Amino acid sequence: MGEVIVITSGKGGVGKTTTTANIGAGLSLEGKSIVVVDADIGLRNLDVVMGLENRIVYDLVDVVEGVCRLRQALIKDKRYNNLYLLPAAQTKDKNAVSPQQMQELTVELAKEFDYVIVDCPAGIEQGFKNAIAGASKAIVVTTPEVSAVRDADRIIGLLEANGLKNPQLIINRLRVDMVKRGDMMNIDDMIDILAIELIGVVPDDEHIVVSTNRGEPAVSNNESIAGQAYRNIVKRILGEDVPFMDLETDQGFITKLAKMFGFVKKR
Amino acid sequence: MDLFKMFSKSDNSKDIAKERLKLVLVHDRANVSPQFLEMIKGEILRVISDYMEIDEAGLEIKLTRTKRDVDDTSVPALVANIPIRKMKDNGKF
Ligand SMILES: Nc1ncnc2c1ncn2[C@@H]1O[C@H](COP(=O)(O)OP(=O)(O)OP(=O)(O)O)[C@@H](O)[C@H]1O
Ligand SMILES: [Mg+2]
Repeated sequence: MGEVIVITSGKGGVGKTTTTANIGAGLSLEGKSIVVVDADIGLRNLDVVMGLENRIVYDLVDVVEGVCRLRQALIKDKRYNNLYLLPAAQTKDKNAVSPQQMQELTVELAKEFDYVIVDCPAGIEQGFKNAIAGASKAIVVTTPEVSAVRDADRIIGLLEANGLKNPQLIINRLRVDMVKRGDMMNIDDMIDILAIELIGVVPDDEHIVVSTNRGEPAVSNNESIAGQAYRNIVKRILGEDVPFMDLETDQGFITKLAKMFGFVKKR
Repeated sequence: MDLFKMFSKSDNSKDIAKERLKLVLVHDRANVSPQFLEMIKGEILRVISDYMEIDEAGLEIKLTRTKRDVDDTSVPALVANIPIRKMKDNGKF
């Protein structure tokens, strides 16, 4: 049985879909079989981020309604081994699917794949309930901003109330220059507030915009620091102990982080 | 006295963000509404005014966070600032 991981956030636009695409592609590069599921029904996006939008025939709602078989709705990403997308429906709304149906669907998928990665819609309504229904693990994405962190905290509470204990945190769009100036919360600040385990920090990176333009996940781009961050996250998901930087002091930590990402020249 | 200023030591915008977040999350997590705080305020007032005369306009009551003395972990705290006008006679024994 594979593992079902939901990527969620509460607040919209913080990077759930980008994270889902990159973790999916990254796990494939590590030799795993993966299906990424777009649970954002009515606002389909994972297909374009992955560059697979032209190949959609059936979608998740078609599967649930029995219009097609599960296999028929899965789109294979030909650039990767064993990476598939189950697209969301674009013309239906979130109530077209129930948590029960999502749970059954993910059970079926977990029989066939090592990992089922579910891209959750923003919000705490039906779409969120659907997305978490079949998950055994949750990753919460946030940016270092007050509103995003507040919503992340709310989501963490809801996940735990729904039996998804110990969600892990990805801090996205960190800007080392702003952290250094004291104009952006640093990693310690955010862990202090949210009190959950950190699984990755993704810097704000132009490569993400470029790779989204092209429909090619940044994780396969060796030039991209965000890509490197996603490769580290993937290794941690696989249980590898990719070292986190020394968290002792802000200054020391940030300098090390900057060095790691190549912002500061090593002497 | 503004509690917010009392608890933040720095002018960095990230420290302001962090303190604001901590306060708002205490309310979010405890699910405490302003109406509920008003209720507590009323009760406290009722008890204390038996013993002293209070400046009701200056009374302030807030949910915040504080470090626990024993182990420095932060815990929610109810902070009341109650200016006293004068003690009532029956408060002296
Ligand atoms: N690390 C990053 N650096 C730069 N841009 C980023 C980064 N992460 C995400 N973005 C950009 O932020 C925008 C929102 O990202 P994304 O669509 O992944 O968020 P989302 O949480 O899925 O949004 P929604 O809630 O609408 O589903 C996109 O334009 C994306 O390219
Ligand atoms: Mg999205």
